[in-house]
Amino acid sequence: MEDLLAARFQMAMSLGFHIIFACVGIAMPLLMVIAEGRWLKTGDKTYLTLAKRWSKGTAIMFAVGAVSGTVLSFELGLLWPTFMAYAGPIIGMPFSLEGLAFFIEAIFLGIYLYGWERVPRKIHWLSGVMVLLGGMFSGIFVVTANAWMNTPTGFTIVDGKVTNIDPIAAMLNPSSFTQALHMTLAAFLAVAFAVAGIHAYFLRRDPNNQFHRKAFAISLCVGGVVAILQPISGDLSAKRLAKYQPIKLAAMEGQWETERGAPLRIGGIPDEEAEVTRYALEIPKALSFLANFDPNSEIMGLKDVPKENRPPVAIVHFAFQIMVACGIVMIITGILGGWLAWKKKGLPTQTWYLRLVTFCSPLGFIAIEAGWTVTEVGRQPWIIYNFMKTKDAVTSMPNLMIPFIGFTILYIFLSVVVVILLRRQIFYE
Amino acid sequence: MGLELYLAIIMLISLILYMLTGGADFGGGVWDLFAIGARGKTQRDIIHHALAPIWEANHVWLIVIIVLLFVAFPVAFATIGTALHIPLTLMLVGIVLRGTAFVFRTYDDQSERVHLRWSRLFAIASIITPIMLGITLGAIASGTIHANPETGQVQTDFISSWFAPFPFAIGFFTLTICTLLAAVYLTLETDDTSIQDDFRLRAIIAAISVGILAGMSYLLSAEGAPLIQAGLGKSKWSIPFHIVTGLVAILGIWSIWHRYFKLARILIPIQVTLIILGWGLAQYPYLIAPNLTFSNTAAPESVLKPVLIIIIIGGLVLIPAFWYLYSVFKGRSLTK
Repeated sequence: MEDLLAARFQMAMSLGFHIIFACVGIAMPLLMVIAEGRWLKTGDKTYLTLAKRWSKGTAIMFAVGAVSGTVLSFELGLLWPTFMAYAGPIIGMPFSLEGLAFFIEAIFLGIYLYGWERVPRKIHWLSGVMVLLGGMFSGIFVVTANAWMNTPTGFTIVDGKVTNIDPIAAMLNPSSFTQALHMTLAAFLAVAFAVAGIHAYFLRRDPNNQFHRKAFAISLCVGGVVAILQPISGDLSAKRLAKYQPIKLAAMEGQWETERGAPLRIGGIPDEEAEVTRYALEIPKALSFLANFDPNSEIMGLKDVPKENRPPVAIVHFAFQIMVACGIVMIITGILGGWLAWKKKGLPTQTWYLRLVTFCSPLGFIAIEAGWTVTEVGRQPWIIYNFMKTKDAVTSMPNLMIPFIGFTILYIFLSVVVVILLRRQIFYE
Repeated sequence: MGLELYLAIIMLISLILYMLTGGADFGGGVWDLFAIGARGKTQRDIIHHALAPIWEANHVWLIVIIVLLFVAFPVAFATIGTALHIPLTLMLVGIVLRGTAFVFRTYDDQSERVHLRWSRLFAIASIITPIMLGITLGAIASGTIHANPETGQVQTDFISSWFAPFPFAIGFFTLTICTLLAAVYLTLETDDTSIQDDFRLRAIIAAISVGILAGMSYLLSAEGAPLIQAGLGKSKWSIPFHIVTGLVAILGIWSIWHRYFKLARILIPIQVTLIILGWGLAQYPYLIAPNLTFSNTAAPESVLKPVLIIIIIGGLVLIPAFWYLYSVFKGRSLTK
């Protein structure tokens, strides 16, 4: 049992660490390509400086993302060999495609970072586009594999053995589209707001700095647009959950009873002993409406499944609330920015607004971590939903606390160094 | 020939490409450690410039191998992950520290003290990683990992298969191959003849070490990996194959000695390719001797076929892109 817990912690920690760097690798190329594109179009050197400065931070983050991603691909076998022996072939398709996309990303990142003086300008810009596409698709494919764990399709079980594998059907499982869309938007959202927040901080001190104004404009535009799109994708995800993983949705909402016209709960503390959620602000019938477009539709409650098949409700519920709260703040900030810009016919650089954007800079990443907690913890006790339990997938290797603690120390060390180095890039150069 | 063999061949080619590119990057890290004295700083700079634009792309070959392993031979992946958990974990730590130390060195304070600290970490990680990779491969070849071909369940313990003389010999063999490749490549990364001579000397030392460790590994294989030793001599082409490998190795040293670095840059990679090919052929039909073969661990055809299609289509994109990367950054040293 203790080994199982250590394995889960190690996986969660590795994923939680990697995802931040992976998102930067996906989203920063978009900002750099926009900046460099503006330079090519207008000839304004500030944009060139901007693209170069951004690429330095990206280089640090990408390297950490690449090596921590390698760790994850091995950990699948180091920690969950039974799962991989079972699922490897079924989800091999998205993983192979991911490998390909990541290869493209790594190749063109080399050209992008070190090829400023070596390749023609247009080719350089196109390399940036390739990095963007490679990063985006590699993220999409990996999420697709995860989506399969939530809604496994594309195989049949005969006498306890996996047969009739259809890798394409497995890849196009019911959760793939909504999960991949939500995650990709989240990556752009989190990174754009983080970047906008940093430049907003400098604009407060030096409001006429052209470099920071341009950086702020690009990142806020990207962040604002994505912030408005993200709730739509969130809604699609919730509807998918209601249909395919009703217990996960019930845990997110702290919904114990199966009922028609279920309320949406804001806040509240789920009590797993007493099987109630207390102190929540309840909006009548809102959950039924959001899940099925029908205020009187039936929502499945946690009590419908035996206790041993329920996820840890409180963690999932809290994580979901955190994700939504962060999202709402970013949506408001995005809309507000658009409105201020429209009124002012220029960049919204009011001090209070810059403060607000700076406040928002970590929110996207907090939301990503919380969102993954919802997805992963909400799937428990299953590793493959309704097919294989996590406890049956873990390795027979003993003493898993040792690698868990080892990787934790390693990743804390790396986090500290990355923060110090990013500060150097941002403040001193 | 079953589809799984095509995938096995692609994995072997990927391993060769990983050694020739990523392996050389580890070798570069080793030479960073030995970059001391008056020309130490210049040597480190050359190593840095040689690696910086390409190491991340080179590293992806390893990911290709591991992904193909778990897609095409899932049971073998489960077995390796279980029986070789410890060396693989240490290899991962090495991979993480190597990559991050290299990048941190570039973007941290450029004072000699800080630079040197990251350099040391980079170098040490560059030594650990290929040793652990070699130990893993050696253990796979040793025939001591007993596993159920249906489930991948390992029936032996977690240490004895790799904590033995043969896997360790392969570990150091791998390390010396990396250093040899790096030293040979580095001779072409500079026009300064005194630096070229530094790397020439290192290449000769590395080439001799490769020879010694190849011999040691062969001797140890009698007890440590009997199936491989039998495999190395099993068919009538075995002897000619080894003679060719040996000849290429000797020609390689000869060309380094006589400063034909461009020739050495062709011969040494061929030598390394032949060594890995020889191992692959000797190991066939076992993926993990003695229980797991390529055919009894292969995923069903409905999985292998689309993966092969992806590899072929992907290769059409990837190989020109990879080539372009090299022509941009290595054009000079490749054609000079």
